[in-house]
Amino acid sequence: MQHLVGQASSNSSSAASASPVRLRPSPSSRRDQQHRERDAPAAAMADEHQELARAFSGMGGLGVDEAAVVSAVGRWRRQPEKRTQFRRSFPGFFTATSGGGGVMERCEDEYVRQLEAEFARFKDAAVLWAMHPWERDARWAHHVLHKAHPPAVLVEVACTRAADDLLGARRAYHALYHRSLEEDVAYRVRDASAALLVGLVSAYRYEGTRVSEELAKEEAKALAAAVKSASATGAKLVQNDLVVRVLATRSKPQLRATFRIYKELNGKTLEEDFAGELCLQEAVKCLDSPARYFGELINGAFKDGADKQAKAALTRVVVSRSEADMEEIKDAYAKQFGAKLTDAVAKNAHGHYKDALLAMIGK
Amino acid sequence: MATLTVPHAVPPVAEDCEQLRKAFQGWGTNEKLIITILAHRDAAQRRAIRRGYAEKYGEELLRALTDEIHGKFERAVILWTLDPSERDAELAYEEAKKFHPGARALVEIACTRTPAQLLAAKQAYHDRFKRSLEEDVAAHVTGDFRKLLVPLVSAYRYDGPEVNTSLAHSEAKILHAKIHDKAYSDDEIIRILSTRSKAQLLATFNNYNDQFSHPITKDLKADPKDEFLATLRAIIRCFTCPDRYYEKVIRLSLGGMGTDENALTRVITTRAEVDLKIIKEAYQKRNSVPLERAVAKDTTRDYEDILLALLGAE
Repeated sequence: MQHLVGQASSNSSSAASASPVRLRPSPSSRRDQQHRERDAPAAAMADEHQELARAFSGMGGLGVDEAAVVSAVGRWRRQPEKRTQFRRSFPGFFTATSGGGGVMERCEDEYVRQLEAEFARFKDAAVLWAMHPWERDARWAHHVLHKAHPPAVLVEVACTRAADDLLGARRAYHALYHRSLEEDVAYRVRDASAALLVGLVSAYRYEGTRVSEELAKEEAKALAAAVKSASATGAKLVQNDLVVRVLATRSKPQLRATFRIYKELNGKTLEEDFAGELCLQEAVKCLDSPARYFGELINGAFKDGADKQAKAALTRVVVSRSEADMEEIKDAYAKQFGAKLTDAVAKNAHGHYKDALLAMIGK
Repeated sequence: MATLTVPHAVPPVAEDCEQLRKAFQGWGTNEKLIITILAHRDAAQRRAIRRGYAEKYGEELLRALTDEIHGKFERAVILWTLDPSERDAELAYEEAKKFHPGARALVEIACTRTPAQLLAAKQAYHDRFKRSLEEDVAAHVTGDFRKLLVPLVSAYRYDGPEVNTSLAHSEAKILHAKIHDKAYSDDEIIRILSTRSKAQLLATFNNYNDQFSHPITKDLKADPKDEFLATLRAIIRCFTCPDRYYEKVIRLSLGGMGTDENALTRVITTRAEVDLKIIKEAYQKRNSVPLERAVAKDTTRDYEDILLALLGAE
């Protein structure tokens, strides 16, 4: 929880530091300031600010420590001067303005947005958890398409759900939006990845285990040839007919066999050879090893400087996979990042949001 | 409107199974009996008969049929006896494996079935062939036809009546522009035809006619020998006027030298329980001859008998 401590002290010493408004100030200056303050008689005040900062620590963390906020609200009741001092000691988030005969500390817009997002994180998680999985997927897909976010979520939904669940999501999309998902994808995605995305969301893959090793070998060879010729001519593989056909129509067991043989024949994995084409890499990852993909998404939400999309991924992954392959995701996470998923979540999230996530992740 | 006639007093399933068994026994086969029973039972009844037959005699009815009867008659009986979704899967499989540009089964399945029926066909395809329909079409069809047919069969269109009229207007414009530039296999044309709902497409084609004073199919007749254009026209007609589309398929299969039995069987077995009556009326209107008479003239023996039975004759 170092960033919490850091925020309190840096804000207390703000006027002097004159650092640009940042939501995650650097650790060293924070610690120095804090030690200096500890010695001053205003130590008690600093502690209270620290606590409140912790409560609002959505800045940089995930979710809000609701209990601490409530306790601060209670303690500072009928003490407006305490709240004023708190605001003054938080110059990153409040700026002094004078208007109408007095100085006031107003909220920075960015701070308000961040705060709203963090308070809403638990609500979002709860609402999503209560929805039917198909409706969830349909709503996520629609959101991505209509807010023009990167299509990773579409790839995720199309490639990690079972065939009947993807179908259910498409049905839910009909009911919610009176159009088909593929219509909207085809209409709104106008870049090179359009053909691949339409293919992926339209897929109704065979779900059985029967695999043809011969076919896998043939397609692995064809893919290798396509990769080679694309690197020679500089063409984009995401628009290559063969690549799209194989990724968008073959069953998942068949694809895994193809990927395995590809690695055996060429030494590198198909994912590595798709370097520079993010959409293709995501598709391969989701089709081949979804647990690893989800583990990486979750880890991305914990990083410094994670943006809104990255953080929203945490809620999305935990809610949608809690009853699917959460165990595999926990294993993959431990293997890749050397820490237990539950520990990482407990460390980085706060309040009811954290509790909800942990409940969905399970022991 | 269907042409299938089912007797008022349908015999119990056990009796039908017994009669069919009798039809197979001994030397030769009693084809008339097979037709009398199977060609006068609807899909649910046929399913029950297949189940009952397998339980009673330990053998699949369809396997017994393929052993006993042959040729065009066998194909008609088998296709007819199958469930609609299994039938579509079978037809799709045959066509995907040996695709040629004039083939129409995939187009018909993708465009004249409801989205739920197309889905059922794809599920039946999984069960029967252990692969997805899209896989096989993508693997065996090439070039522009693949570009067109894979999205067409993958679609799960919205099934409702909601239409966006301004979208219809703009997409009619897009279609016109692409057709004008002779970019017939352009991404936009394929996108519109393979993703928009039926209601939206009809609105778009109507709008095309409003804006440009002639139907869209008229603009797709630049080259009479171009099979891709013919396929596009088939898709459009399957949506706008399926009865006249099927009438034409039958007319072409009966006309000229010889008969295209595959096409004739396909249309009659797939539409007998759906709208064959309306297709008959369209045929009469266009050819001044009842369809039964034309079929009787061009086909013989058992094959003729089952087609006429399915057409509601007798």
